Amino acid sequence: MRNNRDRYIAFVMLLPSLILVGIFVYGFIGQAIQTSMTDWGQNPAQPPLAATVIKSFVGLQNYENIMTDTLEFYFRNALVNTFFFTVLFVLGCVAAGMILALLLDQKVVGEGFFRTIFLFPMALSFVVTGTIWRWMLQPGGGVNILPQVLFGLPPIEFSWINSRDVWLPFEWGNVPAYLTMAGIAILAFLAVRYASARRWRASRYAVLAAVIVLLVFAARLWDFVWLPLDTPEAETPIAPKGFNAALVGIIIAAVWQMSGYTMAMFIAGIRGVPEELREAARVDGCSELDVYRRIVLPQLNPIILSAMIILGHISLKIFDLVFAMAGPDNAKAVVPGLLVYTEGFRENAFAKASAIAVIMLFFVTLIIVPYLWSQLRESRSRGR
Amino acid sequence: MSMTAYQWRRYTIRTAIYVALILLTVVFLTPVYLVVVTSLKDPAAINLATAWNTPETPYWQSFSEVLDAFGPRLQNSFALVIGATMLSSLLGSLNGYVFAKWRIPGERYLFPLMLFGMFIPYQAILIPLFDFMRSVNLYGGVIGLILIHTVYGLPITTLIFRNFYVDIPDEMLEAAAIDGADFFGIYQHVVFPLSIPGFVVVVIWQFTQIWNEFLFGVTMTNTDSQPITVGLAQLAGGEAVKWNLPMAGAIVAALPPLLVYIVLGRYFIRGLLAGSVKG
Amino acid sequence: MKKRLLIIGVLVMTLSLIGIVRAQDLSGQLEIFSWWSGDEGPALEALIALYNSQNPNVEVINATVTGGSGVNAKAVLKTRMLGGTPPDTFQVHAGQELTGTWVVAGRMQDLSGLYAEQGWNEAFPPDLIDLLTVDGAIYSVPVNIHRSNVLWYNPAKVEEWGVSVPATWDEFLAACPTLQAAGVTPLVVGEAWTVNHLWESIALGILGADGWNGIWTGETLANSPEMVAVWNRFSEILACSNVGADSAGLSWQQAVDKVLAGEAAFNIMGDWAAGYMSTTLGLEPGVGFGFAPAPDTAGSFMWLSDSFGLPVGAPNPDNTIAWLSLLGSVEGQNAFNPLKGSIPARTDAVAAAPDLYNAYLQSAAEDWAGNRLVGSLAHGVAANERFMGDFNTVMEVFIASGSAEAAASAMSAVCITSGACAGA
Repeated sequence: MRNNRDRYIAFVMLLPSLILVGIFVYGFIGQAIQTSMTDWGQNPAQPPLAATVIKSFVGLQNYENIMTDTLEFYFRNALVNTFFFTVLFVLGCVAAGMILALLLDQKVVGEGFFRTIFLFPMALSFVVTGTIWRWMLQPGGGVNILPQVLFGLPPIEFSWINSRDVWLPFEWGNVPAYLTMAGIAILAFLAVRYASARRWRASRYAVLAAVIVLLVFAARLWDFVWLPLDTPEAETPIAPKGFNAALVGIIIAAVWQMSGYTMAMFIAGIRGVPEELREAARVDGCSELDVYRRIVLPQLNPIILSAMIILGHISLKIFDLVFAMAGPDNAKAVVPGLLVYTEGFRENAFAKASAIAVIMLFFVTLIIVPYLWSQLRESRSRGR
Repeated sequence: MSMTAYQWRRYTIRTAIYVALILLTVVFLTPVYLVVVTSLKDPAAINLATAWNTPETPYWQSFSEVLDAFGPRLQNSFALVIGATMLSSLLGSLNGYVFAKWRIPGERYLFPLMLFGMFIPYQAILIPLFDFMRSVNLYGGVIGLILIHTVYGLPITTLIFRNFYVDIPDEMLEAAAIDGADFFGIYQHVVFPLSIPGFVVVVIWQFTQIWNEFLFGVTMTNTDSQPITVGLAQLAGGEAVKWNLPMAGAIVAALPPLLVYIVLGRYFIRGLLAGSVKG
Repeated sequence: MKKRLLIIGVLVMTLSLIGIVRAQDLSGQLEIFSWWSGDEGPALEALIALYNSQNPNVEVINATVTGGSGVNAKAVLKTRMLGGTPPDTFQVHAGQELTGTWVVAGRMQDLSGLYAEQGWNEAFPPDLIDLLTVDGAIYSVPVNIHRSNVLWYNPAKVEEWGVSVPATWDEFLAACPTLQAAGVTPLVVGEAWTVNHLWESIALGILGADGWNGIWTGETLANSPEMVAVWNRFSEILACSNVGADSAGLSWQQAVDKVLAGEAAFNIMGDWAAGYMSTTLGLEPGVGFGFAPAPDTAGSFMWLSDSFGLPVGAPNPDNTIAWLSLLGSVEGQNAFNPLKGSIPARTDAVAAAPDLYNAYLQSAAEDWAGNRLVGSLAHGVAANERFMGDFNTVMEVFIASGSAEAAASAMSAVCITSGACAGA
């Protein structure tokens, strides 16, 4: 039916977009990677802002520096912060969104009104949200005096954005061990799952991968392999790693803003479950709770995963919100997006900033590429 | 007539649901209360201990000061949002149509490669982008910003439209083709009329994204072309922060996307799943 | 070599331009780039109004980008300068923020011709001009001076508590237990940068003006015993402060508020605090609030200054030269500073119109003319931007570890990577 001439036209119509995205995304990423392997801003003899800066190729030097130099602990703090921020932000949004969605699924009067209320923060800019919540979380005001204002209770003393407390402290030097354990645990889980599905080949690969992970770890212990996680022992007393309490306020603001998004996704997912399916379950004697547990929630699983990945990549990139709430110099609330900005545009260490940006990109890629791949494969296999 | 145990149980659950919803509504609106109250206070009357009190008399002057301070930035934002939203929606619609209904060489790779563009951290491309904009003489103006937002909006708009168009039965297209419609004819007579909800979703999305964007707004403009978020950062960023102004500014900056949401919110929910890649 | 020639060429051109400019009416545009808006806006607007009255045909574009103490403005300026589309003139802290960032990058034009023509070499203190000079060329025109090493207090409260205003840190530390017993924070600080600000006053007190300047010329080594002593003293003083309690959440204004409210006894802050207390809060200097040099620093004036220069490639250099001439004049400085709450960089401006300046500013102007002048670290005079950023790391090392030696060796490492301590 649709002939070759039209297919040709279709491709030509697509071409401008492809070229633009090719330049603006991949071309520029290439330039950023290139910059991250130079000494732009690292060489005192070459003023970083000169019209012609001689940028020498230094390979992975900038990456090694931020991973191992004692004085670059800000970056490693930022990585640890990103980890905790991501976990709590994603769980918070999924949990809050789920509660809201389930409540709104009860055929309530005024559903549209409630939905609008829970969703409206999504329409705000992170700059707006940050400005508002900075005022909400002022020490000696806002939320902290709310118990006092409402019930005459003593005010909250917690410093939401500026606390220097570190919870769940751990040693940076142990991170490779933790990663190894996490990797082996995941692979073992996969191996068992594949085995129980009688997918023997996949199961064997998982076991093999686990063994390789273990071997790499062992080789590192005996100094056969260099990993960029080997840091000087001086690290710990200077900058203890752990969950920085200063993130709590920012996480609250972020969950306030984004939980409406997960709610909307879940509502759409729940509505996507055919009413006949639910009705059939009820006829079979399932209670309302069972209907959710056995019919609705399993159908929501892929949507929950989507939500987690979308939110996860937002939290990897988070910048405006932290900037608006904690400012650029809050050592305990530092995140990679903020460091790119301060290292690059304040300290003129453009190569280092590029390296941090590339690492951000790497993590985003790590979760987004498999996601995209599986999503698109799924839709392809469904045919069209 | 007395209630049965079942009815009692049901009644209690219903009550609990409404109590929970009302409590959550209060929680979600608490920041709004504080913002509104603070924006209406005389700056001299703002202090931490009385933050929750209502103003004795509303001090509307904050809003006129804010509008003065925002000046042409509101116009810039509207021009930017309208331009970039229209362009990226139209291009996205066309792209989505091609990806959904036409076999393109390398399509398997081109589509995901394009989608990836909506996930990247924009800090990574800021300096190369700047160089590029300058070399094509588009740096510093609203036009340049429209180009930037159009390009970085393409992945999401393409995706949403493709997901809309995939659901259009191929038979409808075949029928049009048999009637003699070509590439554009099919688009015009079959695809486009069916994509109004898709356009609404995309327009809402792009409108809020671009209106709320800050990083490009602050680095890719000259003074006369700054958008509203930069104006807000100016209000909130000075050393001596008088909280009435940032709060009033936050309200003004948030109002247009909020109105769009309130009026068109159901389209947002209807199309939301399309926005999370799901084919 | 080529660059040198270029600079000389530009110099010659500038000099010849100055001659021509005077003779003709200026037109076109003048884009002034700064991060002054809000409270600081009126001072700049007063200058612009004056400029417009002298040059009615020039369209002035007041390009302000604020947010986070100039962080956004500096980011925007950097992208514009890197891209070769500079504004006609921009706000920059005199000292290393100018020379270490822009002059070494070859982005600024020499103004020594303008200085000679206007007689500014005599009007501005030589210590100030030194910090605007690289290889004999002068690169910006300072419009105002702020003082960093000032101790603020509430006279009524200090009397009530029965302590004297400390002239030395020893006196302060002696009074500390008394104040703490009275439930008063002896010294209040605020968010991160105000801690750096306190540090520089303490370092100046212990090292003296020569020792402080020596840090930046390589004569005072960052890991020397003197510097370790600075960190140790800093540690003792912080023990009498609110660091570790509520400090990080306070803006500098809130810290000042605590002093005025009697919750804290002393605060060290730049003299923009005087502007806040006298203009915003309406207090009278010496009555509503008291001021003194930071302990151990009497006779030294740690300064910072906003200045404007002429970037290479500025689209309207004639208009910029006229702007800079206005900035450096007595008339311009007296239009700007009373509104900004700072003193003129010219030593002769206050005497020309003393009524414009309040008691605090008059006393500051007196010190400016008579004291040893040293550049501030926290505000971009003494060290380049790289060092300033990395100094936050040093401070974090110190606060987290509590070790003076660790801080000193971290600072030494930062000195090397930034190249800030080798002498410019």
